[in-house]
This record gives sequence, structure tokens and C-alpha cells, in this order.
Amino acid sequence: MRSYKNILGKVDWLVIVPYLILVFVGWINIYAAVYNEEHHSIFDITQRYGKQLMWIVLALVIAFIILLVDSQFYTSFAIPIYGVVLIALIGVLLFGVETNGARSWFKLGSFKLQPSEFAKFATSLALAKYLSALNINMKDIKTKVMAAVIIGLPAVLILLQNDTGSTLVYAAFIFVLYREGLSGNILLFGILAILVFVLTLIFGPVTIILTAIFAYIVIYGLMKYDVKITFIAVLVFSGLAYVFLHFELTLNVLYYSIVGCLFSLVVYLLTRKEMRDKSIHYLGVAIFVLTCFYIFSIDFTFNKVLKEHQRTRITVLLGEEDKLIEQIEALKIERDVDGISKEEKQIIRDDIGGKRFSLRELRQGNGWNIKQSLIAIGSGGFTGKGFLDGTQTKFNFVPEQSTDFIFCTIGEEWGFLGTFFLVCIYIALFLRILFLAERQRSIFSRVYGYAVASILFFHFLINIGMTIGLAPVIGIPLPFISYGGSSLWSFTILLFIFIKLDSERLLVLR
Amino acid sequence: MNLTNRKFIVGIIFLVVGLIFIIRLFNVQVLDDKYKSESDHNVLREVTQYPARGLIYDRNDELLVYNEAAYDLMILPKQVKELDTLALCDLLEIEKEEFLEKFIKAKKYSRYKPSKFLKEISSISYAKIQEQLYNYPGFFVDTRTLRKYPRNSAAHILGYIGEVNQSVIEKKPYYRSGDYIGKSGLEYSYEEVLRGIRGVKRVLVDVHNREKGSYKDGARDTMAVTGTILRTTLDIILQEYGELLMQNKKGSIVAIEPSTGEVLALVSAPNYDPNMLVGRAVGKNYPTLSRDTLNPLFNRALMAKYPPGSIFKTVQAMVGLQAGVINANSGFACNKAMVGCHNHPSAGSVAASVKMSCNPYYYHVFKRLIQQKKATSIYKDSEIGLGIWATQIKKFGFGTRLETDLPSIKRGVVPDVDFYNLWYGAGRWAYSTIRSLGIGQGEVEVIPLQMANLSATIANRGYYYTPHLIKGLEGVDTIPQKFRKKHSIDIDDEHINTVIDGMYGVVYEPGGTARRARIHESIAVCGKTGTAQNPHGQDHSVFIAFAPKDNPKIAIAVYVENAGGGGSWAAPIASLMMEQYLTDSISIKNLKKEKRILDANFLERGIAKK
Ligand SMILES: [Zn+2]
Repeated sequence: MRSYKNILGKVDWLVIVPYLILVFVGWINIYAAVYNEEHHSIFDITQRYGKQLMWIVLALVIAFIILLVDSQFYTSFAIPIYGVVLIALIGVLLFGVETNGARSWFKLGSFKLQPSEFAKFATSLALAKYLSALNINMKDIKTKVMAAVIIGLPAVLILLQNDTGSTLVYAAFIFVLYREGLSGNILLFGILAILVFVLTLIFGPVTIILTAIFAYIVIYGLMKYDVKITFIAVLVFSGLAYVFLHFELTLNVLYYSIVGCLFSLVVYLLTRKEMRDKSIHYLGVAIFVLTCFYIFSIDFTFNKVLKEHQRTRITVLLGEEDKLIEQIEALKIERDVDGISKEEKQIIRDDIGGKRFSLRELRQGNGWNIKQSLIAIGSGGFTGKGFLDGTQTKFNFVPEQSTDFIFCTIGEEWGFLGTFFLVCIYIALFLRILFLAERQRSIFSRVYGYAVASILFFHFLINIGMTIGLAPVIGIPLPFISYGGSSLWSFTILLFIFIKLDSERLLVLR
Repeated sequence: MNLTNRKFIVGIIFLVVGLIFIIRLFNVQVLDDKYKSESDHNVLREVTQYPARGLIYDRNDELLVYNEAAYDLMILPKQVKELDTLALCDLLEIEKEEFLEKFIKAKKYSRYKPSKFLKEISSISYAKIQEQLYNYPGFFVDTRTLRKYPRNSAAHILGYIGEVNQSVIEKKPYYRSGDYIGKSGLEYSYEEVLRGIRGVKRVLVDVHNREKGSYKDGARDTMAVTGTILRTTLDIILQEYGELLMQNKKGSIVAIEPSTGEVLALVSAPNYDPNMLVGRAVGKNYPTLSRDTLNPLFNRALMAKYPPGSIFKTVQAMVGLQAGVINANSGFACNKAMVGCHNHPSAGSVAASVKMSCNPYYYHVFKRLIQQKKATSIYKDSEIGLGIWATQIKKFGFGTRLETDLPSIKRGVVPDVDFYNLWYGAGRWAYSTIRSLGIGQGEVEVIPLQMANLSATIANRGYYYTPHLIKGLEGVDTIPQKFRKKHSIDIDDEHINTVIDGMYGVVYEPGGTARRARIHESIAVCGKTGTAQNPHGQDHSVFIAFAPKDNPKIAIAVYVENAGGGGSWAAPIASLMMEQYLTDSISIKNLKKEKRILDANFLERGIAKK
């Protein structure tokens, strides 16, 4: 029997300290987010901040228990745990209760539990177990398929619960697979495809294709050591950039540059081996045609294939909130004042570009939410408005401000200093986990470590990205900070299993 | 394949995302100021604190104008959320069509600025609406005040207020759309002191537009400054009595306190109840009043230009005496071949000529004034004479705009050399062309206020203060300098007294034209009748007077259109007014006189002759 001191002595405090800081930051900001005069005690358990304190205490207890359990347990029981969670995910589809349109909760009296939260660490364990087995090679198609199945099963079950946000989190495992040997092109293409998708929707297909042409010529010129072509292309490209700088936002030039560089990079990576080959431009043209096809298909997908609410979210992401709000209001009038004639209705529809939007979605006002979220964060300024002094927060302009939009409260009340500090803490935590993962002797621990870092990172990316208008509105919590027992416990379990594995890294061989 | 380098790729991706977030946050939070103002815009509502408009009292501290609360329902279209249109229409007691129309109008005006949705809700509806209003974000109630006129009189003097129009807003930045401004009368003249100063209260509101307290504990709020109380020179009892006497008549009464120039009463008949032009009722009543053929909105006391008629003889007499072309004992035969006259013995003195109002006498006087033999050509001579005459006449305040404190005052006409040169051509007119000026006919035109001012000037024995209606402003010691300045007419006392003797005779001596102007033994009234010839109908009845003869307290001018001789109608009205003012009542023996006036109706005459 090892002493407690022994356990605590071997854990990595550079992970635990940021964890504790984040949990504390979460608690006081939940207090600020839902603060009201009548219940001003931060310990009042009838309020969310009081409850969150209870969740935190319980989370710490869970963390301690995890540290007490032998690390052998997690490797041995990885698959059974995964199995139990899968059963729970199926169970919730049958017996769960629906909240906010997602059937993802078990209800026991007043207590609610979300199995999909716990599926994250279970999947991580199962993936780690699988990839750490002997004779596993990511180059094998069988390995790829099995890994995809392990990740895909819970993802599909969660999607069936109609919880798109939580499903998307499973995309994070691509980092783990990449580290374990999956082709880098898949990661690159994934990132690129998303970027082109977003940029096409922002600037329209024609502009993006034009940009791509110029980028391609520049690269071609560089590879052929043809200074003249390169020079002309650069001139034309910067001329175009100048025109946009002149007539549009400065930001657009930035986007153009990014797109240009990315295309350059792709073409370079794909053609470096054939650099001396005459057929290089055939390949280039082929890539170009495919890109064009992809770009136009985006437009088609967006307008024909995507569901209305998905379109709305993307529209919001693209900074067309104002237009959307106008639409919402126009439609409200249409609905409320049923004295309006059919012709007038058509006029309103024409006004909003003939697009049909679901009223239910519009009234949820995603556009409005993002706008208010940005206003909250932006109005915080450099030093913030001060604790409990955020007007956006206090007067409920920001939606879901203790859960998905908790970052707004931090941004508004603590300003850039606060958000900068928070982003740094997160990045430091992620990098520390990566560092710890790399020093593991066992593949199991390393894979699990990467899974932890990737899942936390993905939540960080989507949640903060959403509040500052860089990612679509996808309701997933900010790890350790957002209000909610299930998410706090699941992140705690996820992290502390890794801390435990790390603390015993010298004891295991595999 | 060496995969350990991949840890750097993953790490760099994490770092790059962190960096992008920090750059974005720096942009949004530090560089971009837009969000700060939008945040303020979200929660800050500027609530205008409308000052109570200044009250108006009469000279005896009778309240003439006060304020009554009125409630406007405001709309801020941007904040209007889904609503139950029918329920709101029910609450506001309007039709859905009207609701829609107003809503679209408000949206067209501005989505982000509040505008009036429903004006002047009654206090009963207000109580009901206020209770329900939290259900309708974007709607709120603005409290302001309406003017009320408890005495129902003096409409022309007090004027009315109304919403500012666009041209005023452009010229005067203080005003905003929907503000009220004085449109006429004292409300117009003293707008800047009466209106007070608007204040702004900044309140915080939440997402449902519910007030959540004041911003920074009100540190940046400004208090509304209540409008200053205006005390007027009016004697409302006298004013009301004047309006009563002028019922069913067209014309005007102006009474002035000679020693100060304070206007005691300024009646224009027909008139209207000032409460008709208050608030929502304006929309209905204003067109009615402006279409009325009797033109009740027209302030005759200041805007109607009349030939003065025989009252002008007092002026001619004074000017003649001062110029030395006649003396107090000059006599002229009543030569009816010159101009028509009534039957009376020839006047042997100036006083007698005034008393008997002899027309040929004043043709003589005017002839001597115009033809002073200063040039050989009678045309040239007339030019010189008329020039001197016109200059002197203007000293009485005729033909010039009296700088009083009511707007839209007319200057009248004193024809001078330029006037006739334009009219007939230079060198083509002489005394004989213009002689009817001698008896206050012809081209000379005066307004009733100028007539009353003449009376006050004579009462003062040669000077006047510009007639005015301001007696004082609360907290201000003096009235404007221009009302404290003595205007001399440059006529010697003895000449004025000569005329006053004649005016006394008008009322008290046999052969006098206005014996009906007597009040009673103890009050000596001096007056002068006039009967202005009216080519469009029955003659106008004119009378100027002051009393008592020594140390006069009231000077008055009465002009009754289409009433006939001055002695029969204007004189008794003036007499009753003076009696009312000097004794605070009408004596029993004069009640018959009063009844005769009250019963008289000259409205039909004017219309019939037109
Ligand atoms: Zn005569």
C-alpha cells in the first residue's frame, strides 16, 4: 500500500495547477454570469454558482479516487469501460430525456447525467488500448478501419441523440491518429478543405478561384525558376490585393494571402517529387480543376444539401449577422401581423435574397447571440469592466452565459488581460500534456495523452472560436470552466486518468 | 518512418490556434472601439427629462397658463420583439390597420431611435397600459405636459405651442423632432425662458428593456430646469370683460397703463378658447378655426390695419400747434364745400374743433402743415411739408413697428414723400391730392395697438413706453431695456393740454361727440371719437380715451368694425372698460349701457355687405 504522499509526490503539478486555476476561474465567472442581488452568497446552493462548487468538490473527490486506483486498472478495463459507455449511449436513446432538442440525458430525480460526456474518456481508453496492441501499424488498412470504428461508434450514437456539437468532438482524434502514423496529407487536407469551405462562403467561388489561379502561377514560376512569370504573377496578385485593400476591408487581404499561401503549400507538397518532371503542369491543372469543382460544390452543398439551421449557423459565422437580424425581424413582422398580404410576404422574402429560413431557428437568434457575445467580449477592453460589472452579462444580453458562452463573461469583466491569461493557461496545459505524452514509455499512455490534449483542444477551439466569431455556433462546453457537473466530471476523469498514467510511467513497460 | 517530429506539428497547430485567438481578441477588445459603444447602446437608455414649461400669471397673480401631465407611448423598433398584435391593439384601443401603419412609419423613421407611437394617452388609459407594458419590449411611455388655460381667454396674447417643424430643428439645434415650441403669442416671444432646459437621465436596461437603475448612480445625468414663470401685464378680469363686450362683434380693444406702457387688455374679436389648440385636439380644431370666415385666429389688435378716422385729428392738432401753423385759438369756418361735416357751430379754437370733430377745420390745419410756403412750386412745397409732417407723425409710433413682445405685429402706413412719389409720380401730387389725411382717411393706416398708444401718449402729455406684455420673469429684477425707454413725441405740454381740453369736451361739453363715454362724476374721461369710412360696408366705430384726466391710469382704444359712429358704440365700450378697470365694477346706472353693448351684434353686417 503506497502512502498518499507517494501518490501526490509523483503526479505532475504543472498539469494539476492549471487545472485548479481553470476550475476556480470557472466558478467565479459562473458567479458573475448568473449573479443576482437576492442570492449574493457565492456558496448559495440554490444558485448555479453554489451548485458548481458542489460539482467541483465532487470532481476533486473523483480525481483523488482516480489517483488512488492502480494505473493497471485503466489499461485492463479500457475495453469494458468502452462497452459500458456504448450501452449507456444506446440506453439514453431509449430512456433518455430531451433537453434543447438533444436526447442525451439520463434523469434520476432532479439529477441529470449526460453519458456522451463520459464517452470521450472511454473512447480515448479504447483507442489507446487498440493502438498499443502488438503488430499494429497505422499504414495497415485494417488498423485504420478499426480505429475509425472505435471512434465512429460513439460518434454515431451521439449524432443519433441529435447532439451535433458533441459528435464533432470526435474529429479531434485525427490528431492522435496523425501522431501514430496516419498520413499528414489527411490532416492537411482536412484543415484546408475547411478553410476553403469557409473562405468560399465568405468571398464567393469566383474570387477564391481567381486567387487560386494566381497562387498556382506563382508556385509554378518558383518551381520552374522562371523569374518573369513569378514576378508578373506577384505583381498582378499584389495589385489585386491592393484593389481589395482599397475598396474592401483590410482583413480581406489577410484572407487572400492565407488562401494564396495555402494553395502554394499544397501544390508544393504534392509536386516536390516531380519537381524536375515535365508533367508538373498537368498535375497542377488537374489539381486546379478539382479545386474548382470542390469550390462550386461548396456553393451547391450550402444552398441545397445543408439543413436550414446549419446554413444559419454558417451564415452567422461569416459575419452576416446584421443581415440575418434584419431577416429575423422582417419575418417576425410577417408572422405577427397576419394582416400582411401574400405580395408583401414575397417582398420580404425577396429582400432576404429569396432564401428560406426556418423561423424557429431564426428566433433562437444565433446571429444575435454571436453579435451580443462579441459585444460582451469587445466591450471588455484591455482591463475589463470589473468583476460583476459586465453589463452584457448582468443584463442577460449574452445567451447561455454560464455554459457555452462563459468566455463572454470573462472577456467582458476581465478584458484582454483576462482572456490573454486564459488562452495562455490553456495552451500551456495542452503543450504540457503533449510533452508528458511524449515521455511515456508505453504506447497506451502516449495515445491516451494525445487523446486528452486533442479533445480538450477541440473544445477550446470551437468554444472560444464561437464566442469571438471565428467558428460556427456549436454548443459545446469550455473545459473545466463552463457550468455543469457532467462536463466537469468527464473532463476531470479524462485528465486525471492521464495524470495517474503519467505518475506511474516508470512502472510500465508498454 | 520517424514519427517523433509529428509532436512538433501538433504542438505548433495548438500554438498557432492560441496565437490566432490572442490576435483576434486583441483586435476585438483593444483595437476595435465599436463594441464598447454597442455595449453602451444595448444597456443605456437616455431618458429625456422634459422640464415643466413656465407658468403664466396676470398682473394680479391670477393663473393664466399651467401644465397638465400627458403620456406619449413611444416605440423603439429595434427592440420590438415578437408580440401579440391583437392584444396590444386592444390595450391601446386602436385598430390593427392603424397599428400597422404606425409601426411601419416608426420603422421608416428609424430602427434605433425612439419615436412617438401614440400621442397623449389619457391618464386612465395610461394606468392600464403601464401595467401591461413589460410584455411589449420596445414600447415605453414618455411623460410630458400639455398647456392648460383655466380662464379660457386671452388666446391671441398667450398663443399656443405645437411640435417643432423641420426648418426650426435645422436652425436651432436645441430642438429635436417631437419637441414642443411656442408658435404664437407670448408662448412664441418668451419661448426660450418658458421652455426651461431639457435634462437627460441615463438608465440601464436589461435585454428585456426593463429598467435596472441609473447609470453610474446618475453622475452624468443632467436635471431638467423648469421653465421660468412669466408674469404678464394683463388684467385678466379686464381682458375677459373686454372679450365679453366684444361678443358678436368684429374689432379690437387695447388698454394700456400710460405711465408704464403695460398692456392691460388686448382684445381681438372674434376670438377662440385657447384650450382648443392644445395637444391632439389641434389636428381637428386648427383647420376649423383657420377656415372660419370671421377669422378668429387673426389678431386684429396687432394685425388689422385700419384708417384711424377722426381720432387722428388729435394728432393733427398737436402737430399743427407745435409747428406753429395754428395756435390754440385758431378758428376755421365749417365749410362743407370743402368736405362733408355734420351740423355744428364753427369751431373757434383747437379744443372746440376736437370736441366737435370738424372736418373742414382739419383740412385747413393740414393745408397749413403741408403748404408752408417754403418753396414756390406747390408740388415742391407739398413735398417739403409732407416730409416734415411724416417725420413728426412717426414719432407717435405710427407707420413704424412697435417693438412689443408679441409676434406678427404690423407697422401700419404713414404715407411720406416716397410713398406718394411712387403712387402718383414725383411732382404730380400736392396738398389737394392728399388732403383727406387731415381727417385720418386716405392712405394712412394704423393698428389698434398704435391707437391705444396714441391715447397713452396724450395721457402722458407727450411720451410713451413701447406697449408690452411682460411684467416680470421669476428671478429677474427688470424687464427688457427696450420697454423701459421713454419715447418722446416732441410736442410741448401746452399744446397737448390744449388737445386734452378738447378731448374732455368730447365727453362732457355740449356738442361733444361722445357723451356716452362718461363713467361717473368723480372720474374725468378724455376721449376722441372716430368714424372710419369703410368702402366695403358700414363705417367702423372708433374711440380713444384715457382716464382720469389728471394722472391717468388707463388709456384705451376701441375699434368696432361695421358698427357706425364712434360715439354710439366704441365710446360706451371704452367707458365700460375704464370703469371696470378703475372701480373694479360697473355701477348700476351703467348696467343699461352694458346691456345695450352685450345685445349688439354687428357680425351680420360685415358679411352682408361683402
Ligand atoms: Zn364741421
